[in-house]
Amino acid sequence: MLALASPALLVILLLIVLPVGWLAWQSIYHDGFTLENYRRVFTEDIYWRSFALTFEISLAVTVIALMLGYPVAYLANSVSKGWSILILSLVVLPFWTSVLVRAYAWLALLQRTGVINQFLRYLDVISEPLALVHNTFGTVVATVHILLPFMVLPLYATMQKIPGDLMQAGASLGASPSLTFFRVFLPLSLPGVLAGCTMVFVLCLGFYITPELLGGGRTVMVSMLVSRNVELYNQFGAASAVAVVLLLSVLLIFFAVSRFISLDRVLGQK
Amino acid sequence: MMRASPARMILYVISALVLVYLILPVLIIAPISFSSARFLTFPPPSFSLRWYQQYFANPAWMQATRVTLTVALFTVLIATPCGVAAAYAISQSKLRIMRVIHMALLLPLVVPIIITAVGIFFVYAKVGLVATMPGLVLANVMLGLPYVVISVLAGLQSFDPAQEMVARSLGMNRLRSFFAVTLPQIKSSVVAGGIFAFISAMDETIVALFISGGQYQPLTKRMFTALRDEIDPTIAAISTLMTAASFMLVLLASTRGKKGG
Repeated sequence: MLALASPALLVILLLIVLPVGWLAWQSIYHDGFTLENYRRVFTEDIYWRSFALTFEISLAVTVIALMLGYPVAYLANSVSKGWSILILSLVVLPFWTSVLVRAYAWLALLQRTGVINQFLRYLDVISEPLALVHNTFGTVVATVHILLPFMVLPLYATMQKIPGDLMQAGASLGASPSLTFFRVFLPLSLPGVLAGCTMVFVLCLGFYITPELLGGGRTVMVSMLVSRNVELYNQFGAASAVAVVLLLSVLLIFFAVSRFISLDRVLGQK
Repeated sequence: MMRASPARMILYVISALVLVYLILPVLIIAPISFSSARFLTFPPPSFSLRWYQQYFANPAWMQATRVTLTVALFTVLIATPCGVAAAYAISQSKLRIMRVIHMALLLPLVVPIIITAVGIFFVYAKVGLVATMPGLVLANVMLGLPYVVISVLAGLQSFDPAQEMVARSLGMNRLRSFFAVTLPQIKSSVVAGGIFAFISAMDETIVALFISGGQYQPLTKRMFTALRDEIDPTIAAISTLMTAASFMLVLLASTRGKKGG
């Protein structure tokens, strides 16, 4: 049995365990043992500002995705089978479009001569085009778009398991619909909220394509710090240290969340 | 259940707006790709196939397309058997270590892709795999494995292993009983897993940015570089074709999924 799993395991060991181990080694060893790279990451302005910005953006993206995703999941859960399949298909459809293609689409929509600015000018709402992209706003809009399915699917899966009888019981005991929602439904859907938020937050921490293409060079997220240190400055040690800190943050979040809900629930989707 | 209360109406409106937000970018690309305008104007002034012509007539884009298709094909051919064997082992064996192996196979979904990409770049630089075809294929096999494993494990869950025992008690060896009894019943999940691995390889961008180069650059890397410089509607044409390909493959995977286990 072990032999059957070994080809796949070998691929994983050689192509992800070894490379990540290499990064970790490189971050502390350069002609001798050194913590210089970590000193830089934690003390130099550009590094910790980028980490702070990344956590802020990830938090904002997670909160927005939850606000947008919860109503959609709730609706999909409360309508007939046919409608719910339609809603979920619309949610999953962008899932299967390349992230790069969607970054392009958002550029086309948001840029100065883009569809939205042209439309607003046509309506005479604005006289000057709005700066919707090449900034943090554009990054957040496109990132939420890409991560929203990761929020809706676990929410929907959790809501599906909440017995409808409970809501009827609440109503029969005289509670208003909003009271039954806040006292019964919402608490029972919290595991889904946690699963969705974890996935969105963690994926956002490592996001690269949208901030690079839509951030206009000002929104320097951690992933871009890693890539610039490698491609532009040849600072392999610093890049490795940043990568290690990012990875540890991700693993720490997964570990913390796994104490409350099963990780299969978080990773189950896609 | 109940009449549309004000709260319910708000729910409908918000959900509709969110769905529009989700779908709009996917729908906007096709009209741009069929537009005659050099710069983005909406609605497009007139219908034209010039961006498709420019794509098909450009040797660099064609070479990149060949690289993408070759990589995706080899990824499926390698990742699918490896993933099926691993999923089978995980589901049938009671060894403790299988849980660890299961977790390890999901690592590509857990580690941020930018970290994986840079790590692979460093390793490849040492062994001379940067800007090579085998290097690109291997990285995509690793990234595609979780999709095969997850899909096949789900398929195996509804499969009764007693059937395979029966086949073996009737004298088939383990390998034959797997191909004769088990595989036909989990076929749809194997096909779905393979298709997801193909799409994953076709769309993969970040690892390719670091490790591909020269004549072995996939479409996504060239698109990324082009997008950084200027917005050329040729990208809209390529995007439309890629999206159409993805959707057809997903449709294929989901219709296969409905038949049998």
